[in-house]
Amino acid sequence: MKSDLVDLRQKAHWVWRETLAVHRRAPETRLASSLSSIEIFVALYYGGVVRFDPANPRAESRDRCIISKGHGSICMYPILADLGFFPMEELQHVCEAGSFLGGIPDPVIPGYETVNGSLGHGLGVAAGVALGLKRKGSDHNVFVVAGDGELHEGANWEAIMFANQHKLDNLHLIVDDNRISMLGYTDDIVSHGPLAARLSAFGWDCLEVDGHDVMAVQSALLRQKDQAECRPKALIARTLKGHGVPGLENAPLSHIMNPKPELIDSLLEQQP
Amino acid sequence: MNASPIKPLAMRDAMLDRIWRAMAADEKIFFTCADFGSPVLDKIRADFPGRFVNVGIAEQNLINVSAGLALEGYTVFAYAIAPFITMRCYEQVRVSLALLSEVRPMNVNLIGVGAGYSYVVSGPTHQCYEDITLMRAMPNMRVLSPADHVSAAALFDRCIEVSGPKYLRFDAQVLPVIYTSGAPDASLGFHVHRRGQSIVLLATGYMLHTAIKVAQLLATEAVDVGVIDIIELNHCNGDRLQAELAPYAGIVSLEEGFPGRGGMDAMLFDFMACRGLSGKLLNIGVGGGYRFELGTRAELHEQVGIGPQAVLAKVRNFAAGLVV
Repeated sequence: MKSDLVDLRQKAHWVWRETLAVHRRAPETRLASSLSSIEIFVALYYGGVVRFDPANPRAESRDRCIISKGHGSICMYPILADLGFFPMEELQHVCEAGSFLGGIPDPVIPGYETVNGSLGHGLGVAAGVALGLKRKGSDHNVFVVAGDGELHEGANWEAIMFANQHKLDNLHLIVDDNRISMLGYTDDIVSHGPLAARLSAFGWDCLEVDGHDVMAVQSALLRQKDQAECRPKALIARTLKGHGVPGLENAPLSHIMNPKPELIDSLLEQQP
Repeated sequence: MNASPIKPLAMRDAMLDRIWRAMAADEKIFFTCADFGSPVLDKIRADFPGRFVNVGIAEQNLINVSAGLALEGYTVFAYAIAPFITMRCYEQVRVSLALLSEVRPMNVNLIGVGAGYSYVVSGPTHQCYEDITLMRAMPNMRVLSPADHVSAAALFDRCIEVSGPKYLRFDAQVLPVIYTSGAPDASLGFHVHRRGQSIVLLATGYMLHTAIKVAQLLATEAVDVGVIDIIELNHCNGDRLQAELAPYAGIVSLEEGFPGRGGMDAMLFDFMACRGLSGKLLNIGVGGGYRFELGTRAELHEQVGIGPQAVLAKVRNFAAGLVV
């Protein structure tokens, strides 16, 4: 893995720029929820957390990373291209006819494991994968990235109880806790209250972290990965939806807002 | 019904016994359930605790966990009550099984117990009249609907041989044995029980018993109707089925589901249209919508128009209107 020597902050900024550029070309993509999760994915993929093989994306030796908040992961396109899962040139064709990079990622994309976009499925599937790995005697880990809004889906809580029951300490849930779903702040819709405390009460090992401090995210993920306490692990990453884009950042309707192309151009010029 | 030398079993026990035997030799078979049991299941739980998991009363998680296990290479049998394993978790079935299996190899076999009215006194929550429609709506979902425990157990081989998502629609009651001479060839998708003159009855699951009874009653009136067991809905040997249906002027579908709602009758309408078959089709199914009356299964069937007497009357009328 070439990640050890990467400056994670620089890489996160590069991914932020590339994500804006992808959205500039393909405004059908969901920008705001992708911007909140950039440091999470950078820490996972460049921070020595997830084991992967771009030449063989389904290698048995990989960690499984299930991206449950599918449409909010367009930032994974530049990451996967940069890591060699597919050519960088493909980023020029997102959402175009014939491209495999759609508005919502699917497992036809090298590096994606499951069908995403319909929310609330990733954690349950990941729990099954984690159980299967344990039964095979594998020491590989399963990472799930989900949004906090997505946790309104009850199937997640079936999986949360299941993971605790089966002591799936190879299962890592990373919550992109941007506190906004489609129509507003989750606290105004159905609040998760103290999410870490709730997950802890369900038997999970929980950490909270500033989700835009990529070094802190990496450190927390590595710490949890090294623990084998017979408990599934959750990292609550406190993030801002639309991070870094004026007018979009933390706006209650940011999920369905598209910044003007001129604003994106201006941001890309200002922040090389 | 002919007397059978084979002791009738519940479909689920016959299938679970096949699974239990196979699990001893094949470490890649995993069994999941949503807190639903059977005597044979106790053997699986006791002998293979590492490859048996009860997710609790949580069908959504049952499907997703089963999908995850399948992604790791396990052949999964997921077991629950029929309406719950199909309808409670329909989107999990669609996304995590039907869609995902188009991209990644997976073998997940859903065993739903309680087809039609087989949970007689439990009422419409536990009865299941919509599952054929819903499950066959997914083009890569194989829907397997046996009529007795012999044909049910034989579907185990089909589950192993054919990868992908499947739904096995099992009756909850112990039904008389029809296949006394051995299981039908499931790869054909149907089985011809008798050939007739101008009318053929096509039935699935429990309704095959009714079809055979009706055919026997009509035979006493010198009316000779054919009977075909539809074992697999969505996939069958189309050329062979066409050859079987072509001679008949009248084709009757019999199912323990709502007629005209996309079930087996829709499959036959579509098949006949696509194949250019000229026979007239009568679809017989559960009439009158949802009901809450209590009664024996035979009584309920007569009330909703799918009991032997009701079917007999409908087929007689149908026969009278045919121009042969």
